[in-house]
Amino acid sequence: MGKLYDRLMKDYRLREGLNACINCGTCTAICPAAEFYRYDPRRIVDIVQHQDDEQIEELLKSNTIWYCGECMSCVTRCPRRNAAGLVIMALRNLAIETGLFMESEKGRQMYLLCKDLNHNVLNYGYCVYPRLFGYKEHQEAGLVWEWVHDNIDDVFDRLGANLDKDGPGAMRKIPQKDLDELKRIYDITGATERLEHVRQAGLKKAEELGLTEEEYCQKLYTECSPKHFNH
Amino acid sequence: MIYEGKKKIWAEYQKEIPEDHYFYVRSCIRQSFFPASEATFLDITRNKLGKDIFETEHHTTCGGIAYHSDTIPQETVMTIIARQFALMHKYGYENYVCSCITSFGLYCETMETWREFPELQQKIAENLWKTCHLEFAKPKFLVHASDLVFKYRMQIAAKSKFKLVNKNTGEPLRVVEHIGCHYSKMFPSKGVGGAEYPYVLVGMIEAWGGQIVDYPERRHCCGFGFRQYLIKSNRGYSLSNTHKKFESMEPFKPDMIITNCPGCPYFLDRWQYVIAETEGKTYGENGHGIPVFTYEEVAGLVMGYDPWDLGLQTHQVSVEPLLDKIGIPYDPAKKYLGKNGKYLGEPQKPQCLK
Repeated sequence: MGKLYDRLMKDYRLREGLNACINCGTCTAICPAAEFYRYDPRRIVDIVQHQDDEQIEELLKSNTIWYCGECMSCVTRCPRRNAAGLVIMALRNLAIETGLFMESEKGRQMYLLCKDLNHNVLNYGYCVYPRLFGYKEHQEAGLVWEWVHDNIDDVFDRLGANLDKDGPGAMRKIPQKDLDELKRIYDITGATERLEHVRQAGLKKAEELGLTEEEYCQKLYTECSPKHFNH
Repeated sequence: MIYEGKKKIWAEYQKEIPEDHYFYVRSCIRQSFFPASEATFLDITRNKLGKDIFETEHHTTCGGIAYHSDTIPQETVMTIIARQFALMHKYGYENYVCSCITSFGLYCETMETWREFPELQQKIAENLWKTCHLEFAKPKFLVHASDLVFKYRMQIAAKSKFKLVNKNTGEPLRVVEHIGCHYSKMFPSKGVGGAEYPYVLVGMIEAWGGQIVDYPERRHCCGFGFRQYLIKSNRGYSLSNTHKKFESMEPFKPDMIITNCPGCPYFLDRWQYVIAETEGKTYGENGHGIPVFTYEEVAGLVMGYDPWDLGLQTHQVSVEPLLDKIGIPYDPAKKYLGKNGKYLGEPQKPQCLK
């Protein structure tokens, strides 16, 4: 698969995000993920900086690179203006390109994320589409969201939105011409290819496990090893 | 708190915000969960303050959540962003105001990357022409919608009917502000007040009569984390971060929270409900939570908008104790009415959270 470090260096995020890490650990100290997961961005940046392909490959196969929340709190505090969060984004990108994301529980979640988010983008023009944000899957959204969802047209109308209607306004129906442009952007910038790559890898895994697509999605949505956590 | 020192730091991050004429783009999350906030922003800026804030139905998501969940390549999100900027140019604007913090951070990052790598900018311009036949352009000024409310804060104060003051004691309300990580943590100079001491919400709170609560985890993330919330099995990350913030702010007894980012008010509101229902712990007075607001909702409240027009009935943490504290009138009978007075039933009541 070529020298992994060289492939990483083609990613603008790595070129922007890694100057010269002094291994001070400030990023780990400030990191919300490092407190929750067994996660150490200092160590990840150090591995990349050492250009050790074997260790980089281990990272790409691991759960570790999927723990970051991309909040970018690390950027503010780094005394050398590195961005551990951007390094992570480049690693995740390479894990997907190489197919190594399928080696970890957290990496395999890409199947669901790709499917759901981009369905919303390509069909409605939004990353979040409230009709598909159901209470059953999001009970943490509260009993008030159950009420909103049950009365979605009336509530959005009451609050001055323009849900699924023509013209400007909140949650308007985005014209098909504009959705077609988004699709063309996806096609020529590699998004369509990536989504299909992730889809095929997921379906193959589901088949190996003897699961239907729906059962596989449910497994991805709920499966969680206790080994991820700090305590 | 060394207040003079903070004032000096704030002074170093004075962002230039043009007075008028903006191309407005919406936020996926704010539209979905706080649609009245965007309506309020437009009503205040256009109708109360007479500003030119233009919107076209042809703009779309910036793709930020899909990008930060690692589902689409950087080149894809940059081309979507270039399309948004091109629409601004097409409609004759050069000032760009967005409703979303994820978008705002991504626009800042994109423009910085284009500046640093002109060959990438060229490629994106070519992508834009091939896919949309639009002319590449960049905003002269890029601001978040809260930057504009900050700029207009004294004009809003001049038109206010209420202050962020306890009507019974005359004391300023204790207000927690939560900025949202992508506003300025990546590019401190792009946010009012920078990353360590952002002033964008502080300025509003001071102008409208409140008092800032400083607490240890003031700058900690709300815990959205994109994939860390979107996948059910990761949500402990999101909940834990909000929990950490509330444990940290609790001893300071905040009256309310005002937020900058569209996602943060959702998480700070809903995770309080989850903590209450699962652990029996509440952070407000007498079994209530601490009410969480968008900055548009707070601007609307001080200007005398009806709380139900602002969408406060769609919050899980009840807002009535705060409205009573300020003295803002509301009609409980109208809380769950739709347009034209249609009764929509009522949400079920939580078991623990009042």
